[in-house]
Amino acid sequence: MGYKFIDRIKVPEDRFELRLSGSGGQGMIFAAVVLGEAIGLAEGKNVVQSQSYGPEARGGASKADVVISANEIFYPKAMKLDMLLAMTQEALDSYLKDLKEDGVLIVDTSLVTDIPVDNYYGLDFTHLAKNEVGHIMVANVVALGAISCFTGIVGKEVLTNAVLKRAPRGTEDKNRKAIDVGFEEASKLKK
Amino acid sequence: MANKKKKLMQGNMACVEGAIYSGMQFFAGYPITPSTEIAEGCSRELPKIGGRFIQMEDEIGSIAAVIGASIAGMKSFTATSGPGYSLMQENLGYAFITETPLVVINVQRGGPSTGLPTKVSQSDTMQARWGPHGDYAAIAVAPSTVQECHTETVRAFNLSERFRTPVTILLDEVIGHSRGVISLPEKGELEVYNRVKPTASPEEVLPFEMTPNLVSPMAGYGEGYRFHVTGLTHDVHGFSTNRSDEIFPKLDKLHNKILNYRDEISKLRIENMDDAEVAFISYGSVSRAALQATAIAREAGVKVGCIQLYTIWPFPEKELRQICANCSKVIVGELNMGQIIHEIERVLPGDIEIHAKQRYDGEIMTPMQLLEKLEEVL
Repeated sequence: MGYKFIDRIKVPEDRFELRLSGSGGQGMIFAAVVLGEAIGLAEGKNVVQSQSYGPEARGGASKADVVISANEIFYPKAMKLDMLLAMTQEALDSYLKDLKEDGVLIVDTSLVTDIPVDNYYGLDFTHLAKNEVGHIMVANVVALGAISCFTGIVGKEVLTNAVLKRAPRGTEDKNRKAIDVGFEEASKLKK
Repeated sequence: MANKKKKLMQGNMACVEGAIYSGMQFFAGYPITPSTEIAEGCSRELPKIGGRFIQMEDEIGSIAAVIGASIAGMKSFTATSGPGYSLMQENLGYAFITETPLVVINVQRGGPSTGLPTKVSQSDTMQARWGPHGDYAAIAVAPSTVQECHTETVRAFNLSERFRTPVTILLDEVIGHSRGVISLPEKGELEVYNRVKPTASPEEVLPFEMTPNLVSPMAGYGEGYRFHVTGLTHDVHGFSTNRSDEIFPKLDKLHNKILNYRDEISKLRIENMDDAEVAFISYGSVSRAALQATAIAREAGVKVGCIQLYTIWPFPEKELRQICANCSKVIVGELNMGQIIHEIERVLPGDIEIHAKQRYDGEIMTPMQLLEKLEEVL
């Protein structure tokens, strides 16, 4: 009795885990599916994408996880996040504890004001979408552009193709612009 | 260069792909979370291949339509979740006694009753064995990844056609809704079994004849063979009987046509068991946490292994006894208050300690929960 090992266990190093979180209707699940397709199909890595949501269609907390690995992905959900995108204050408050100490935190500064850590990237995704791209709906795609720049987990071209494959016809230019804006704004901040 | 056959899809949709790969031509169902994408996928894909999709008035009608379509010769299936699976039980019993091949996918959510529509559970494990009243042998399989949703659906159709019996696929919300990269197999890559049809003339054929393997060749309605189908216990002609010398053989047939081949039906995944002192035993989404926990604990030097059950029913008892022969302890992980653990307690020898890690709050089992349990029992 009494063999202790939990204080010695390590988070598996072959996994890159990211979470896109916000409010239902902000397109977090869509963005995660696009990331999953870009990374899993074009970049040929193993990917598992999952989400949790409440019974309501809009409003309420929404989160979508993407786990990426060169090896078989056993556990489908995130265990310790390498990257967290928080599009609402509630999302940040709920999930910040799941982020690794050296993990990348990205917040939408128009909706998240109370950020209890110093090391983060803040971009005004909602306003960038509205003012630079011309539609508030693409804030999630602006965020995808920023994720590509900040993490390097997926190339901008590959990401753009994946977004265009999923986006409704007639929105190609706006979506392409949204990724460009997100990528560009992020590159100004990138450490 | 992207591989054209690779796709990112949900487990539910991989089941649809697996069913179509098997030659399924008919789906009747009543959409229910978290299985809805299976009905949606069938409504989209079946018309393209000349199949039939029908949304029925409820789950009772759905399983009835599936039974009818199968007797007419089409590979048929339905998909539901706990509340709908409960409603289907009476007609599933009818499918057992009439020896009608069909597949039911139950994407499990929390219960009882309406329960937790968007949350995960494994609380229908025993219902998949004992749902309908009466004596019969049941087959149930449980995938745990998107790729396995495809292969286990193909396997479920094969088992159902080969043994002329309903087969349940137990998914859960996490497996049904998670997306993963799947390689869709080419035609011929996986075996597809088609039901055996009678070759003798209609006058000579006994529709429920006792064959050496106990599976009677099955004609489709409209193919020139007239036969009677009844839920009453029946003789080789399909007509009801109260005679002991016909009742015994009929019920033995329902059992033995399956149990005589349980070695071929059993399917398990075995990881790190060669020198394992402790084993995780699980199925469905809990297996993913168990595989992860095993990998993490091995890194820390713990002699632990992992057994995943793909075949739940008939319960793979012989295999488990062999694999666990050198273990001193097992940990049974389930998203319920204890179901398959009773089978494990029944089949493992008394000197193996059996521990339970159960979760039933609608959330997935985490690797950490299993690791904590492991440390506790070591």
